[in-house]
Amino acid sequence: MSEPRLNPQTQNSHSQPAVELQAVSKLFDRFAALHDVNATLIRGRLYALLGENGAGKTTLLRIIAGLSRPTRGSVRVLGADNPRDVSGRMGYMAHSTLLYDDLTARENLEYFGGLYQDRKILSSEEARDLVGLNNVDVRRRVSEYSQGMKQRLALARALLASPELLLLDEPFSNVDANSISAMALLLGRLRDEGTTVLVITHQLDALAGVADEWITLRSGSIVARSNSLSESASMRSDG
Amino acid sequence: MNLARTFVLHLRKDLRLEWRSKDAANSMLFFALLVVVVFAFAFDPLAEESRRIAGGIAWVALLFATIVALNQGWARELRNGVLDALRLAPASPNALFLGKVTANFLFVALVECLVTPVFIVFYNLNVLGSGWQLLLVAVLGTWALVVNGTFFGALSIRTRNRELMLPLILFPISLPALLGMVMATTDILTGERVPRDWIKLLTVYDIVFTVVSLLLFESILGAE
Repeated sequence: MSEPRLNPQTQNSHSQPAVELQAVSKLFDRFAALHDVNATLIRGRLYALLGENGAGKTTLLRIIAGLSRPTRGSVRVLGADNPRDVSGRMGYMAHSTLLYDDLTARENLEYFGGLYQDRKILSSEEARDLVGLNNVDVRRRVSEYSQGMKQRLALARALLASPELLLLDEPFSNVDANSISAMALLLGRLRDEGTTVLVITHQLDALAGVADEWITLRSGSIVARSNSLSESASMRSDG
Repeated sequence: MNLARTFVLHLRKDLRLEWRSKDAANSMLFFALLVVVVFAFAFDPLAEESRRIAGGIAWVALLFATIVALNQGWARELRNGVLDALRLAPASPNALFLGKVTANFLFVALVECLVTPVFIVFYNLNVLGSGWQLLLVAVLGTWALVVNGTFFGALSIRTRNRELMLPLILFPISLPALLGMVMATTDILTGERVPRDWIKLLTVYDIVFTVVSLLLFESILGAE
């Protein structure tokens, strides 16, 4: 993967936090997916969000992205009370690829890039370069890609508008070890350039040495925040 | 300017996806032909009476065929969670809506062009009224079907039985337009009168439902 280009959009760092969550709860009928979550994410840091299946990680990410609304509490993202107002400044990668299988990589990237008309958009080649997909046949449809290639293309889509806040839901799933290392390095570089990155992952080793902070969710509540993986592990076991 | 550019972007994408998969066009064409042929065997297509019922049969066939296309159109956005990417993009939701309506309109129009010759042969039709009026009714009627169908397709997209929900919602809402289409088409085929009032009804229906859909679509798209 090549060096990502510095982007002025991510250099314009302010003193205010990237994300502020105040007493955020999310109920699905009677089930509380999130319960009274309070957290502040500082700009220009890389956060790893940990937790077992059903802990509420994806729900939290979707609330920060503005795809879901909290039942109670407030969310402030990049200075806006409604995350949807700043959705153009965010990059979001979900469990699913958010890509059209019947389009090629270039067609997907050009289409989604075209929807961000007020932002400086990476070209299809630049985005594919970033995630190491520069050598793939541009005529191949996404449906013909391996799962790992789809994941990398999904990351390229999330990076198209050089986001100030990058939200990634298990980006390393089905990706080979070499590509995981390269993706983690890329995330580290983006953080160094000023992007705030929040990554949900079960592959803790992938972000060891890159993540600035480890946040652990359990049953919808934050049970541990730590600056090191080992400390985080001991806090989780104590909790 | 941005709206126009984004509209073209969505339209081009939908046309490209349909060109590659042919999901909607094939199902629509098959369904419309099936209805036309089945009704041709059920009635005596050579009788004078066929000119009186042909308008109804044609529009009912197209209404059912359109439902198939509309379900495909939104289902495509649900695969791989693409709808979330569209919801997050800072582009006008109305451009997405108009792009999809226009794409659906073109798919249905294409099927109309292919089915019409078959219809004329099977029902031994000879249009006694004005051809351009028939074309106008076809355009207004098709727009009425797709604008409502696209809107209610988006509304029912997250329901569990969306393929059942869409016709359940769409048919009652489309009744005034369907009445206008059938009556206007029958008037033109029989040449008995100029269907001015029905054309006016269809025009007003199209304008009202297009405007209301555009006003409400952003809320529909943003809903969880």
